[in-house]
Amino acid sequence: MRVPRRTLVLAGLAAATALEFVLVLMLGPYRVPAGDVLRVLFGEDPADPRWTVIVQEVRLPRALTAVAAGAGISAAGVQTQALFRNPLADPYALGLSSGASLGVAATVLGAGGTAGAFTENLAGAGRVGVVLAAACGAAAVLLLVMLLARRVRSTVVLLLVGVMLGSAVAAFVSVLMVYAQPENAQQFVLWSLGSFTATTWADLHVMLPATALGLLAALLGTKTLNAHLLGDGYARSMGVNVRRSRDMVLLGTSLLAGSVTAFCGPVAFLGLAVPHLTRLALGTSDHRVLVPGAMIGGACLALTCALISQPPGTEVTFPINAVTSLFGAPLVIVLLLRRRRALRSMIS
Amino acid sequence: MTAEEPAAPDDAAERAGVVVRDLTAGHRSRTWRGSNRHHAVLTGIRLTARPGELTVLLGPNGTGKTTLLHTLCGLLPPLSGTVSIAGRDIAAASPTDVARRLAVVLTDKVDPGLLSAREVAALGRHPHTGFSGRLTAHDRAVVDWALDAVGVAALADRPAAELSDGERQRVLIARALAQEPHVILLDEPTAFLDVPSRVALTALLRDLARDRGLTVIASTHDLELALRTADAAWLLDRGSRLHTGAPEDLIVSGALAASFAAGHLDFDPATAGFRPHLATRGTAAVHAPAALRPLLLRALYREGFTPAPDGRGAALRIEATADGTLTLHRDGTTVQVRDFQHLTRTLRGWCTTPH
Repeated sequence: MRVPRRTLVLAGLAAATALEFVLVLMLGPYRVPAGDVLRVLFGEDPADPRWTVIVQEVRLPRALTAVAAGAGISAAGVQTQALFRNPLADPYALGLSSGASLGVAATVLGAGGTAGAFTENLAGAGRVGVVLAAACGAAAVLLLVMLLARRVRSTVVLLLVGVMLGSAVAAFVSVLMVYAQPENAQQFVLWSLGSFTATTWADLHVMLPATALGLLAALLGTKTLNAHLLGDGYARSMGVNVRRSRDMVLLGTSLLAGSVTAFCGPVAFLGLAVPHLTRLALGTSDHRVLVPGAMIGGACLALTCALISQPPGTEVTFPINAVTSLFGAPLVIVLLLRRRRALRSMIS
Repeated sequence: MTAEEPAAPDDAAERAGVVVRDLTAGHRSRTWRGSNRHHAVLTGIRLTARPGELTVLLGPNGTGKTTLLHTLCGLLPPLSGTVSIAGRDIAAASPTDVARRLAVVLTDKVDPGLLSAREVAALGRHPHTGFSGRLTAHDRAVVDWALDAVGVAALADRPAAELSDGERQRVLIARALAQEPHVILLDEPTAFLDVPSRVALTALLRDLARDRGLTVIASTHDLELALRTADAAWLLDRGSRLHTGAPEDLIVSGALAASFAAGHLDFDPATAGFRPHLATRGTAAVHAPAALRPLLLRALYREGFTPAPDGRGAALRIEATADGTLTLHRDGTTVQVRDFQHLTRTLRGWCTTPH
């Protein structure tokens, strides 16, 4: 009787994601009718030629970015929570976002007055610089964490080391900001609030394959994650090389979190909330169901946030992080309180 | 009890179980300069555990029971010596190969999350399933068999988090069985269980060994129960020296009494248990039907009276009848009581009030 429920939930999530995807293409400052959206998608001419540009060059990249970011950061969240067996762990727990921030902060500071290109609709070298800097910063922190992981046997200690490292790097970023031009500091703050709208097709040519690779790794790693469900001791006793599986998860989640952070800024909250929401909706801890579920659920939630962040018919754009946390946090709290049993078994 | 190597047929039987030779077990620590430091807990260990037998590992706290178990199951690499499981040296075998021969039930706190009992047991199929972890019809049949073997088939679809401690421990044993091992190692499987569950679980372990030809090794603090049920015992004394044999061998040799010896404890070979050392007040002549006699002696022991062998010179005489009436004679006084509660209170009253 459980299997149909899981199938129903997954099918419902997939249908909702498809619907949201079309809605993101339809809605914005100008409304494009659904029929014309589909026509553009299938390469035909819509009723108004301007709609081709709007859908293809603006809204499709945004929708694809939201899907990739949502699925990627949520899958990374499930993996991190499973590896650390900690419901508060998220893909940024190991300081990746701080590393990316450090890279971006360094660019902002180094570029001085010329960092004017570093705006929310970045183009040209400034954009590439920011993405590269974020990726390098995240990779540097990852390298440090993995070096430390060689020395640390306990995953709990590793988690604490990651959190400490994150705070230290974040502190360094705030020191850097003291020396930044006020307008650059403001741009840095804007970057740190997250956005799905800044990506171009050129970005997507990098971001989509990187995310796909990370998602594939997550799907292939579900058997090992399940072996970790009863703890490291049992995992070892069943033939799992705990160190190797830890490295695999670290690399996979870093690829996901790193590419998302580089292109969208540190998209907080989804990586923490979606795993819990999916677990509640699917009623299982089996990662062979949970990982694909979190990917679809994350894509769906990210698309919803993309819709809300640009209220239809207005020119306003809210930062993604404000939307995810403002609407997501109360939702998670309500669901957790209503499903006390699930909460207890997850957090006990 | 001898140091002789066993004869050839025994050798074959033992090779199918667990064979430990010249083992030094303990912990390695790495200094920041990268050099290894060894902290040996147990040295010169030679052990065998046979298929079809329940072997219990006994010893006071802090003598290295968990170190030994963790070394046997490969969680702790041996500092030197060999551990072979079902004919394979675990240092040379791949982790998956070891996992197909040996399954464990650890003392680690397990949080089953939202898994059902069946899903927890199915985790044991890990070393047998393919890359995706997908369960075949055969895997599912093995899981059902394992749940049935430990008597929790009826609970299979319940969330594991909602089971009682005893039920959850059985599910974890089912998980171990689902690994289809030759050897099962259990670290204090009866801790935290109530008395009926302890007895039932220990009996289950013995049955698994006897009926399915498994080598079952369990550490326990349940001395009396273990010595009553186990086929073989390993005893670590306070000096971390190892004594092996049938439970009765360890009792006869005095190793058991010596290992747990403490000023306030008396070892009773008849029950293979320890009892508190109490002040003696005298001897009592006891006349009681066979059914009541052991209970009467227990009650008298608690009040400091030991039975007088021939009844002579006893400060106290007690007669019990089959209907449960107890009559006490002392210094010409005679008291008749209905039950043990009144008996012990009367005795205590006599001892505290001067006469």
